[in-house]
Amino acid sequence: MSTFSVNGKTITVDAGPDTPLLWVLRDELKLTGTKYGCGIAQCGACTVHLNGMPRRSCVTPVSSIEGAQITTIEGIAGRTAEALKEAWMSLDVPQCGYCQSGQIMSAAALLNEIPQPTDTDIDRAMAGNVCRCATYVRIRAAIHQAAKTPKV
Amino acid sequence: MHILNRMNSRPAARSMSRRDFLRVAGGAGVGLIVGVTLERPVGAQGSGATAVIPSNAGLGTVDATGFVKIAPDNTVTVLIKHIEMGQGPYTGLATLVAEELDADWSQMRAEGAPANAELYKNLAYGMQATGGSSAVANSYEQMRKAGATARALLVVAASRAWNVSPSEITVTQGVLRHAKSAREATFGQFAESAARQVPPNDVPLKNPKQFSLIGKKLSRLDSAAKSNGQAIFTIDVQRPDALTVLVAHPPRFGAKVASLDDAAARRVRGVVDVKMIPQGVAVYANGFWAAKKGRDALRVQWDESGTERRSTEELIAFYRANAGQPDATATERGNTRAALEDAASTFDAEYVFPYLAHAPLEPLDCAIEFKEGVCEAWFGCQFPTVDHKVIAEVMGLPQSKVKVNVIFAGGSFGRRAQPNGELAGEAAAALKALARDASIKLVWTREDDIRGGRYRPLVLHRVRGALDSSGNIAAWEHSIVAQSIIKGSPFEAMMTDGLDPTTTEGASDLPYAIPNLRVTVHTTDVGVPILWWRSVGHTHTAYATETFIDELLAAAGKDAVAGRLSLLEGEPREAAVLRAVAKLAGWKGSKVGPQRARGVAVHKSFDTYVAQIAEVSRGSDGLPKVEKVWCAVDCGVAVNPDNIKSQMEGGIGFGLGAILYDEITLNDGRVVQSNFNDYRMLRIGEMPRIEVVIVASAEKPTGVGEPGVPPIGPAVANAWRALTGQAVRHLPFSRTLAL
Repeated sequence: MSTFSVNGKTITVDAGPDTPLLWVLRDELKLTGTKYGCGIAQCGACTVHLNGMPRRSCVTPVSSIEGAQITTIEGIAGRTAEALKEAWMSLDVPQCGYCQSGQIMSAAALLNEIPQPTDTDIDRAMAGNVCRCATYVRIRAAIHQAAKTPKV
Repeated sequence: MHILNRMNSRPAARSMSRRDFLRVAGGAGVGLIVGVTLERPVGAQGSGATAVIPSNAGLGTVDATGFVKIAPDNTVTVLIKHIEMGQGPYTGLATLVAEELDADWSQMRAEGAPANAELYKNLAYGMQATGGSSAVANSYEQMRKAGATARALLVVAASRAWNVSPSEITVTQGVLRHAKSAREATFGQFAESAARQVPPNDVPLKNPKQFSLIGKKLSRLDSAAKSNGQAIFTIDVQRPDALTVLVAHPPRFGAKVASLDDAAARRVRGVVDVKMIPQGVAVYANGFWAAKKGRDALRVQWDESGTERRSTEELIAFYRANAGQPDATATERGNTRAALEDAASTFDAEYVFPYLAHAPLEPLDCAIEFKEGVCEAWFGCQFPTVDHKVIAEVMGLPQSKVKVNVIFAGGSFGRRAQPNGELAGEAAAALKALARDASIKLVWTREDDIRGGRYRPLVLHRVRGALDSSGNIAAWEHSIVAQSIIKGSPFEAMMTDGLDPTTTEGASDLPYAIPNLRVTVHTTDVGVPILWWRSVGHTHTAYATETFIDELLAAAGKDAVAGRLSLLEGEPREAAVLRAVAKLAGWKGSKVGPQRARGVAVHKSFDTYVAQIAEVSRGSDGLPKVEKVWCAVDCGVAVNPDNIKSQMEGGIGFGLGAILYDEITLNDGRVVQSNFNDYRMLRIGEMPRIEVVIVASAEKPTGVGEPGVPPIGPAVANAWRALTGQAVRHLPFSRTLAL
């Protein structure tokens, strides 16, 4: 049994200790916005926030997150998150869309840490998120646009 | 997803049985549905599947415009006959409808059309299929007619209600108006009465000068759902009591199970069953993780007799040995042999293009169930007509007892366009093996995907070119050695005289005015399954032709742009995109400075013309660092300019990653790579800045999903040669540069 919080709700799951958080979110909690892409932390499609920091849920055993606060794309809120989603929509960033939950989660963590990132900051923070459709030009533009959105 | 949420929230549709719905659909409560009766999405409780199901009564009796639903809530939903895998048909086809309907863009919605070959066939192919960058091209008139028909029905309904002549009613941005009596109404207000009118046989279409939506920047209809985690892909489909299925596939292509010990697998918590199926061993479990642990615990002996055992190096040597022995001729112009013998100087090049995996970020998957004699599937399929038939065959059911719902695919790049319906067949086989009513979701892991075959073929090109004493290109002899994608497939009828056009496209129709041209093919027989990969033959022909022409022009002391233009006098559209990209980039030759150089390439694919200029430097990893790319595209009428730009951007990134990093190699017949750690994706820091210009055109629209891909490889290679003197002819760059 593992107990932790997901999007503000306390969850107790009866999953084997090695079960990755990704599959608890998807198969147990039916939070399917977090995606499976590789299973080895190489693509970032499964990115969630663990105590506010980006984490690849596909390699995070449920036994390692006892008491932690998990946020998924379904639960992410606040001005930064809203500005990012708004920028993603207004620039029509997504193509197939499969990676974009993970992209937004990584981008939100970046803006929380560096509110006005440079291109180099973006390259570094987003390097772990693959977009097979290569929407990177617009991801970069959307992060800059969200960073410019007034935070008051 | 937002599109469905709106539909599901309609009170009239929420809790009806299917029979109730059909009755209502014919009368009040649902509104106008042009041409086809529809019910709410299957599994609306949780699956959020994007499809809707035509009533059986409607099949075969509906007219050709079964595409537009107008609801009393004033939404207009277009049934999209092409799969949305990122390339934008939901938005593109809805634009065509909205234009002739004179709808407001904010009221437009889109849904995937289910498998129905009669209603939703691709007019270019005669079956329901997405491919060849044909979505907008084949439906340009069809979707506009659907919109115009719906508009006519609304106008008639309004004219009857208002007791005025239809000719006095105008429609603008979703509002019906009778000026004289100062009356107006939304589409929603007349949705129900319009549904009772008789559709006109023929409707006039707008003159393009009247377009108010086509050619404008419109927001993508799927952006919101894809920016908040709500978009439903196959892997997200939730059905009651569904089991997750992973299949253990053989380590060599074509091997069969010889013996199985599944005792340990069955002891894994959550594993429900294990079955042998023709494709391997299926493990059924409650959730992915249990299925994976169960699969890992299988002990399988494989019968590998007769399987492919060659390594990549052996295959390349085999291809090389066959390069001089063509078995078919694609193009013969002038007398190439004689011209080569008479030439002042000749040049030779050999190119090797590796197997490539499509690696869509959503690995292959298929949700399918069998209940009370009916089979239903939800997945991203590019060839619904094929998949529908294959599922019916495997299940032993008539097609009328099989429903296929086409939903979002998390990328495909051709991987889900399966002539043999293998994915559907594997899912159906796993379902059938349970021999009971059940619901399953077959999921491939990334390792299954990278090692699962159906690659862009391994291809070897050998090219010989000749300059005459004035520096003109006198002859071009081009031989290609490759497996055929369509030979032995249900599409083999596309072959003529032993030629697979998907092997030679882009080389056989070389646009340059070269008097002596010969293009030949040797088709190999290799036990590695292959498939079309975004832009198909053009993935390699553009690279070979556009780097070789660049070398010949350089040898003749000619500028890469001006030299090409002098050979394109009979090809105005290639010439126009080339001029446009040179202007955009401010081209002044390939030399930019000691640290940077530029390369250019122009290539037509799927009737769309694209030219690109790449500026490169030496990256810290030793590979080309592509700083910036300029791109000019002519795709006829530009229906969605922003999506055209988006597809060019994405195509450039997709093509660039492949030429820099990617190859699938074989060792003793086994695939060496397994995941993104050794099959590397382009990442954000490697993406160039991009500027795109659309060349204005009144020609009929052509596709943009693929044509952005072919030019980037040769543009980068030409820049790299200008920078370093090194011609990279064996891809990927990372192999040739031995990094």
